[in-house]
Amino acid sequence: MTYPPSYRYTKQHEWIDVKDGVGTIGITDYAQHELGDVVFVELPKPGAKIQAGKSFGNVESVKAVSEIYAPVSGEVLEANAALEATPEKLNSDPHNSAWLIRVKLADQTELTKLMDAKAYEAFISDKNKEASA
Amino acid sequence: MESTVDPSIITELRKTPLNAMHRRLGAKMVNFGGWDMPVEYPSTGGLVAEHKAVRAGVGVFDVSHMGDIRISTGRTHGGALAAVQHITMNDAAKLAIGQAQYSAMLYPSGTFVDDVIVHRLGDDDFLLVINAGTREKDINWVRENTASHDCKIEELSDAYTQLAIQGPHAIDLLQKLTDVDLRPIKNYWFTHGAVCGLQNILVARTGYTGEDGFEIYVPSDVATSEEVWAKVMEAGREFGIIPCGLGSRNTLRLEAKMALYGHEISENINVWEAGLDRYCKMEKGDFIGRSELQRAKDAGLKRTLVGLEMIERGIARDEYRCVNDQGEPVGFITSGSPSPTLCKNIALAYLPPSMSSIGTTVYVEIRNQKTKAQVVPTPFYKRAKKSTSQQFASTV
Repeated sequence: MTYPPSYRYTKQHEWIDVKDGVGTIGITDYAQHELGDVVFVELPKPGAKIQAGKSFGNVESVKAVSEIYAPVSGEVLEANAALEATPEKLNSDPHNSAWLIRVKLADQTELTKLMDAKAYEAFISDKNKEASA
Repeated sequence: MESTVDPSIITELRKTPLNAMHRRLGAKMVNFGGWDMPVEYPSTGGLVAEHKAVRAGVGVFDVSHMGDIRISTGRTHGGALAAVQHITMNDAAKLAIGQAQYSAMLYPSGTFVDDVIVHRLGDDDFLLVINAGTREKDINWVRENTASHDCKIEELSDAYTQLAIQGPHAIDLLQKLTDVDLRPIKNYWFTHGAVCGLQNILVARTGYTGEDGFEIYVPSDVATSEEVWAKVMEAGREFGIIPCGLGSRNTLRLEAKMALYGHEISENINVWEAGLDRYCKMEKGDFIGRSELQRAKDAGLKRTLVGLEMIERGIARDEYRCVNDQGEPVGFITSGSPSPTLCKNIALAYLPPSMSSIGTTVYVEIRNQKTKAQVVPTPFYKRAKKSTSQQFASTV
């Protein structure tokens, strides 16, 4: 799967797509692959505040719980309600329809700390090398 | 997302002879009790597909990390049986040659050193199959506690590659690879025969999935191990075989309510609490743990292992707290997972006997949220009895 060039990425494998001060946040294809079959997603409600680098929700696979970390700080505008009934979408379409939350960014400069697609792809390719070593 | 791996335990993981094979298959590897083991094989479908293959068809697991201890005759006949009787809670004297039993080694407190499968190889010759994470502890325990017995102790853990072929088609698959007639082998019995052209291979109708199946013990060199694995995969192709990892092994055993050491049983939990009464033979004579178990029995149960099904949305996980409707702690989860067979979130938990009856409401604390669950009958899953050979599910 390709990593959209307009997105920004974290080392904890979240992505954010920002348009007009509103960021859509999700987990990457690498993340869903590491998790395995996703069976449960827990997300904050609209109005909740999230803080860059801090956990804002959980994704559970059959075997484990993983926290999701906020790429930026801001206020939650919307959580993807479809994931409650169909969490498996996170495995099939992590970069598009299986987005997690939309947030109003508190500080646009936080985006400069994130990786672009090229840097993220290099980052996970190093991780894959480690894993098969 | 962040994975939580303790960097201090990444070094020096032990590997089974099939480790390179798992990596070639693209398995996701994890540290399991100090072993580098496949948790699932994403390229052939992953955990849920593996679980379903075992319930409906057949799957194969590398379980070579399991340990093996042989206890055999010393200078005088009968020493091995006496030793096994002393260190395990089930009655090994009741075993016929070629029969196996679920059992456990106990501390004097009546709590668990480990659970084991005792195979009677000969009149005074036994093979104990033990857990991977407790290998060293177990072998030391066996040596120390049989020192005064006239028997020979050998650790054979690294001599075998152990494959578990599990599922309703396990028998059809394995029959293609052996000249042993598998049909007469009852559940928890075993034999020796030629498998994949290798002579004198231990073939046991045992497993840890709640499904019919066999475990075979082949020589542990890499070439032989990989060749047998490949032949099993080839013979299983018509039955839709896929390689299965520890992830599905865990969900399968949980549905069948089979105990996992460090979870349902441990050095802090006794036999009665774990509900393993039928494998503990108090009348067989003295054994380590017996007197304290007698005392515990007279004192009455303080907690008991029950099955839970989540009513509200949420997955109970190992070590989560259970609370009552006032929010007071009443127990804890030992294992919890979505059940791929039942499509429900299930768990095992220790609760006070007063809260153990079917239908009782209990709450699980999931990330500080009281989440409703209820006590349900166990096992969560029980396979349909098909052939006559399986109707003798051994309880000896």
